[in-house]
Amino acid sequence: MLCDICNKNPATVHLTEIVDDQMSELHLCEECARKKSSQMESQFGLSDLLAGLADFEKPSEEKELSALKCPNCGLIYKDFKKIGRLGCGECYVTFKKFLTPLLKRIHGSGSHCGKCPVKISTGKQPRKKALDLQDLRCRLQKAIEDEAYEEAAKIRDQIKELQEKDASKGQP
Amino acid sequence: MNIVDLLQHTSEWLKGSGPNSDIVISSRIRFARNIDKAPFPHWASKKQSKQIAESIEDAAAKIEYLKKATVFKLVDLDAVDKQFLVERHLMSYEHAQKTDSKSVIIDDDEIISIMVNEEDHLRIQVMQSGFNLFEGYNIINKIDDCFAKEIAYAFSPEWGYLTACPTNTGTGMRGSVMLHLPALVMTRQINQVLAAIAKLSFATRGLYGEGTQATGNFFQISNQVSLGHSESEIIDNINGLIRQIIEQENQARELLLNQNRAMLEDKINRSFGILKSAHIITSQETTELMSLVRLGCDLGIVKEINRRAINELFIITQPAHLQKIENKKLSSAERDLKRAEIIRSRLNK
Ligand SMILES: [Zn+2]
Ligand SMILES: [Zn+2]
Repeated sequence: MLCDICNKNPATVHLTEIVDDQMSELHLCEECARKKSSQMESQFGLSDLLAGLADFEKPSEEKELSALKCPNCGLIYKDFKKIGRLGCGECYVTFKKFLTPLLKRIHGSGSHCGKCPVKISTGKQPRKKALDLQDLRCRLQKAIEDEAYEEAAKIRDQIKELQEKDASKGQP
Repeated sequence: MNIVDLLQHTSEWLKGSGPNSDIVISSRIRFARNIDKAPFPHWASKKQSKQIAESIEDAAAKIEYLKKATVFKLVDLDAVDKQFLVERHLMSYEHAQKTDSKSVIIDDDEIISIMVNEEDHLRIQVMQSGFNLFEGYNIINKIDDCFAKEIAYAFSPEWGYLTACPTNTGTGMRGSVMLHLPALVMTRQINQVLAAIAKLSFATRGLYGEGTQATGNFFQISNQVSLGHSESEIIDNINGLIRQIIEQENQARELLLNQNRAMLEDKINRSFGILKSAHIITSQETTELMSLVRLGCDLGIVKEINRRAINELFIITQPAHLQKIENKKLSSAERDLKRAEIIRSRLNK
C-alpha cells in the first residue's frame, strides 16, 4: 500500500480517526506521518477541524457566509477559516448557522450539559436534570472515597432511575 | 513568592503520592473561560488585552483560595524563567511565546495555576499527584465559582462556555492524566493501546504536552470532547479508560517478571548504574534511564531510592531548572555535565 499523501513510499503508519461515528483511515509513509503528526499536535486537531469546514460550504451558502460579520468584534467568516479561532463569544450567535453542524461534528453532540456559571440565571431551567445527575455522580464518587458503600448503592440507584426516565422520554 | 522560591519545594504533581501513583504520575483538570463580549486574546487589541488582564488579576486578588498566590507577568520574566515554569507544568509552552499582557497566577502549593490571555482569557488548571481527577475537579470548581462572581463569563445555555476554538466549547474542561507505561512499551503492546484510545476520542501526548513526542514511556491522556457531556460524565469516562490502561500495564509488568525477570533486572540495574556513574548525560537519556529505575522502584527491584526522589530528579535535571540552580546561563554541554553531577550526588548518598 502506498502512502496517501506522497503516493511514493510504502505506507507504514496507519491512523484511524472516528468522528461522529464516521471512521476514516489514513495510511502514511514514515516521513509524511512525522510531518503530519507534528502539524497535528502543534495545532491540536485544528487541521482536521478546518478540513471539515470545507464540507459545509455549499456554493449557495458560501455567499451568505462571506457576508456575515460579528457586530461585536468585527470578525468575518474568512478570518475564522484562516485562523481557526472565533473572535468573541458573540461570534457564536453571528455564525450560528455553520457552527451548529461544526460543533456537532467535533463533539458528537450539539448542546451543553453540565456546569452553568453561578451568576447567570437562565430563567427557565431546561438543564436541571443534567445538573441533578452530575450532582449525584459527584456524591457517588465521594461516597466511594469515604467507603460508604450503602450510601453509594443508594445513589447509584437514583442515577439509574434518572437515566432510565431520560431514555424512555427520548423514544418516539 | 519569587520564581527561585519554587525551587525549594516539590511540585504537587511530582509528590509521587496519591492513588495508583506507581503508574499514574499526575492528574490535571483545566477549565477554559472567557469574559462576556470581550474579544478573545488572539483577536484583542493591545489595549483591550491589557484591560482584560487587569480585570482578571483584580478578580483573582479578591478570591480567598488565591490569597497566597503570586501573579507573574510574562513581560517581567526572562527566557529561562519562562521555560522553568513550563518545565514545572505551571504554564503551557504556547503561553511562553508572545508575552504581551499575559500572566500566570500560581498558588504557593503549585496546585493551582491560572494562565491569563493564553488561547482563552482564563485557563484555570489544578494539578494533583496520582490518579485523582475528582479531587482536582472539586478544587477547580470552587475557584471557577469565585471567578464567576467577579467576572461575567461568555456563556450560552445552548453551547455552554464559549471558547476561542470550537474544540473547547461546552464545559471548557479538559482532564488529563499522566501515565508511566514502561511495560506496555517493552512488551510492544503500546501502539495497540494508543490506537484504542484514539478510537475513543481521547488524545495522547508526550510528557511536555502539545507539540512533543512521548519520551521515556510517559504518556498524557485527555478527553477531546467537551460539549454534550457534563463534567462528571467526562471525568467518569476518563477514569474508566485510565483504569483499563492501569490494568493492562500491571499485566504487562507481571508478564515481564514471570517470563523474563533476569533481563528486566539487568536492564533496570544497568540503568541505575549508568545514572550513578555518568559524568555527561543528556536530558533525554536521563528520562529514559530514570523511567526504568522508576519501574525498578515499583517492582521492588531498586530499593535505595523512592519514587518521590526520582520524580524530583526528573524535574531538577531539566534545562531551565539546572540554570536556575546554578543561577547562570549554561550551554547545552555545560548542562550535560551539571546534570550528571547532580544525579550522581543524589543517587550515591
Ligand atoms: Zn508519504
Ligand atoms: Zn465576535
